[in-house]
Amino acid sequence: MLSADDNNSKNYRENKKLAMRTPQIFRYFVLSILLVFSSYTLSQEPVRIAFMDPLTGAFASIGNSGLKQLQFAADYLYNSKGGILGGRMIEIVPLDNKQSPTESQLQFRRAVSGGIQYIFQGNGSAVANALNDAINRHNRRNPGQEVMQVNYSAVDPILTEENCSFWHFRWDAHANMKLNILTDYIAANEGINSVYIIGQDYSFGQVVSDTSIELLRQKRPDIKIAGNEFHPIGQVKDFTPYVTKIVASGADAVITGNYGADMVSLARSIIDNGLDIPIYTFYAAYDGITATLGEDGKDRIRLIHNETSNPIPTEQRKEFYRAFKAANPNNDVTQPRITNALMMIVQAMEETQSTDPYDVGLALEDMRFTTIGGDEVWMRGEDHQVFQSLHISVHTDEGVEFDADNSGFGLYTEYSVPLEETIVPVNECRMRRPRR
Amino acid sequence: MLEVFIFATLNGLVTGLLLFMLASGLTLIFSMMGVLNFAHASFYMLGAYFAYSISLHFGFWTGLIFAPIIVGVLGALVERYGLRRVHQHGHVAELVFTFGLAFLIEEAVQFFWGADTKNYQSPDLLDFPLFTLFGQEFPAYRGFMIGISITIFISLYYVLTKSRIGIIIQAALTHPHTVSNLGHNVPLIFMGVFGVGTALAGVAGVMAGPVLTTFPGMAVVLGSIVFVIVVIGGLGSLAGAFIASILIGLLQSYAIASDVGMPDLLNLLGIEFSRDHPFTDLWTLTLPQIAPILPFLLLVLVLIFRPTGLMGKREQ
Repeated sequence: MLSADDNNSKNYRENKKLAMRTPQIFRYFVLSILLVFSSYTLSQEPVRIAFMDPLTGAFASIGNSGLKQLQFAADYLYNSKGGILGGRMIEIVPLDNKQSPTESQLQFRRAVSGGIQYIFQGNGSAVANALNDAINRHNRRNPGQEVMQVNYSAVDPILTEENCSFWHFRWDAHANMKLNILTDYIAANEGINSVYIIGQDYSFGQVVSDTSIELLRQKRPDIKIAGNEFHPIGQVKDFTPYVTKIVASGADAVITGNYGADMVSLARSIIDNGLDIPIYTFYAAYDGITATLGEDGKDRIRLIHNETSNPIPTEQRKEFYRAFKAANPNNDVTQPRITNALMMIVQAMEETQSTDPYDVGLALEDMRFTTIGGDEVWMRGEDHQVFQSLHISVHTDEGVEFDADNSGFGLYTEYSVPLEETIVPVNECRMRRPRR
Repeated sequence: MLEVFIFATLNGLVTGLLLFMLASGLTLIFSMMGVLNFAHASFYMLGAYFAYSISLHFGFWTGLIFAPIIVGVLGALVERYGLRRVHQHGHVAELVFTFGLAFLIEEAVQFFWGADTKNYQSPDLLDFPLFTLFGQEFPAYRGFMIGISITIFISLYYVLTKSRIGIIIQAALTHPHTVSNLGHNVPLIFMGVFGVGTALAGVAGVMAGPVLTTFPGMAVVLGSIVFVIVVIGGLGSLAGAFIASILIGLLQSYAIASDVGMPDLLNLLGIEFSRDHPFTDLWTLTLPQIAPILPFLLLVLVLIFRPTGLMGKREQ
C-alpha cells in the first residue's frame, strides 16, 4: 500500500511534469480563473443575523424555541434554496442574554465585534428597551456600521411611542393594541362583572394593568376591578396565595400578561384550587404550558395573538408547520411573527440589493407583505409598528389540527379582528431619522 | 377576611414544610462537613425530574418511592468520589465544588430533559378537594404534602435523638475523632448523612414538581431561599431550620394575602404625594409586591441582631 506521503510526492512530480509541458498562457488563464473564483467566494460570505434571547435560566424554553424557529425559517425558506442576494446563506448566531439587560449589553458588544448588523430579540421589554438604547448609541457613533433591532415579541408600547427609533422595528402587536381587542371581547361578555388583573412587576406587567383598567372603564364602566396585583418576575414559587386572594375577591375573570414559568404556575394554581373562571392571557400556550394545562384548562384559557392558530388558513403554512415538526419533533411553531420578520427583511434586502440596515430600514417602511398564512401585514413607516389581523384563541382539543407540545391540545381561533380595526394612531413618536 | 387568613395560613404551612424538607438536609450536611452545599436545590430538581420520568411509565407512587432513592444514591456517590477528595484542599475547594456541581446539574437536566416545562401531574387518586371553605377548595394533594412533611420531620427527629444510630451521628458531627476511635466508620456515616440529606431534597422535589411546575429553573428559584432559612434558623440546627421554614412560609403567604402598603401608611400619617413625584414607585409600594424579598430582609435583620441564628450554638 502506498503511504500518503508517497502519494503526494508522486502527484507533485506528475504535476511538475504537466506544468512544464503546459504553455505559459494557459497557466495565466488558470490563475485568473482562480482569482475571480476567490473574489466570488468572498462576496458569498453569509448574512449573519443574531438571535439574542434567554437560552439558559428560568425563561430558557421560550428562547430556545424561538431560536429553533428562526433557524428553521432561514434554512427552509432560503438556505436550502440557494440563499439570498444571489447565493449568500443566512447564518443565525445565537447569543444568550439570560433575560438580563446588563447581559444584553455585553452580548450586543459581542455581536458588533462580530460584524453582525441584525439582532432578533423578543423576550422582555426591559431587555428590549436596554438594547434599544445601546443600539441607538452605537449607531450614532459608528455611521456605516449600524445595527437593526428586530423586535419580534417585546410589546411594551413605549418602544414605538416615546422611545421609537429608526433602527427598531416591531413585528408583534403592542400591549395596548392587544388589550384594546381583548377588552372589547371581555366587554361583550355579559357574564363578566368583575376582573382580577395580575402580572409581573416590570414595565410590561404595569402597562397591561394600567391599560386594561383604563379601557375597561371606557367600555364597561360597570365592570369592577376586583384586584390589581404585581409579583416579582420569575421569583414566585407558588401562586396559591395569590389565587386565594382572587377567590376571595369574587372576580369573574382574570387578565394576565405572564409568560414562561410564571404563566404555567399561575394557571396551575388557579386550576388546582378549583377556581372556575376564564383566564385571558397573552402567552399561555406552547413550550410545555399547553401540555401542563391539558384537560383542566380546556375552554378556560384564552390568548390574544397575531396570525391565526387552528384552523390554519393556507396549505403553504401547513406545509411549513409539518416540515418544522419533522425537523423539531419536540417543538412547535409558536411565533409565526419570527418567520414574518425574517421574510420581510429578506424581501427588503432583495429589493435594495443591500444588507445595510439603513437601506433595508427604508425599504421596510410602509412595506405591505402577505405572510405564508395568507395574512396581510403592514409595517407603518412613522413608528415602525406592524399591523395585521389579531385573534383570540381558546385552549382546547376540538378542531385542533396542529396541536402544541404533542399533547392533543392546542389553540382554536374563536374571534378575529381584521388589520384595519387594529390600527391605533401614532402616539408620541418623534423619530430621529439618520442623515445619509 | 377570615377565609383569606385561614387559606393564607394553610398555604404558608405547605410552603414552609416543603422548604423544611430541603433545609433539613442542608443543615445536617452543614453541621457534618462545615460547608454549605450549593448544589442542594439541584438535587431537589433532580428528584422532580426523575419522578416525572418514572411516573410516565409506572405512575406517581412508584416515582415517590424510587426517585428519592436514586437521588440519595447519587448524593452519596458525589460525597464519596467528589467531596471527600476535594475535602483535603480545604473549605473553599469544597464550596467551589458544590457551586460548580449546581451548574453542571442544571445543564445536564436541560440536556436530557430539554428546557421546556414538563407535564408532571399529581396522581388522580388525590385529585379532589380535601374540603371546601367559603367557596374555596383545598386540594387533597396539598394536604398530602403537609402529611408527608410532618411525618418526615417527626421520624427524622426521632431517629436523630432517640435511636442508637442517631446518637452516633450526633457524636460524629461534634467529635469525629473520638467516634472514630470508638470503632465507628465515620466516613461511612458522613456518606450516609449526605445521601439521606439529598434524598430528602429529592422527596421535596417529587412532591413539589406537580404543584410548582417542573422546569430547569426550579432549583434557582428555591435555592437562595433555602440558604436564608438555614442561616436564620441557625447553621446546623434542625429545630431552628424547622422554625425558620414555617416562619418564612407564613411570612410570605401573609404578606401576599395582605392588602396594605405605603399608600395606607401615608394616609395614616396624612401625607400625600402626587403621581409625578420622583419616588412615586416607592410611595405606591405594597406589601404583596415585596413579599418575595421579605425573607432576605429578615436575613439581614437576623445577621445584625443575632448572628448565630435563632437556634444556632456556634460562637465565633
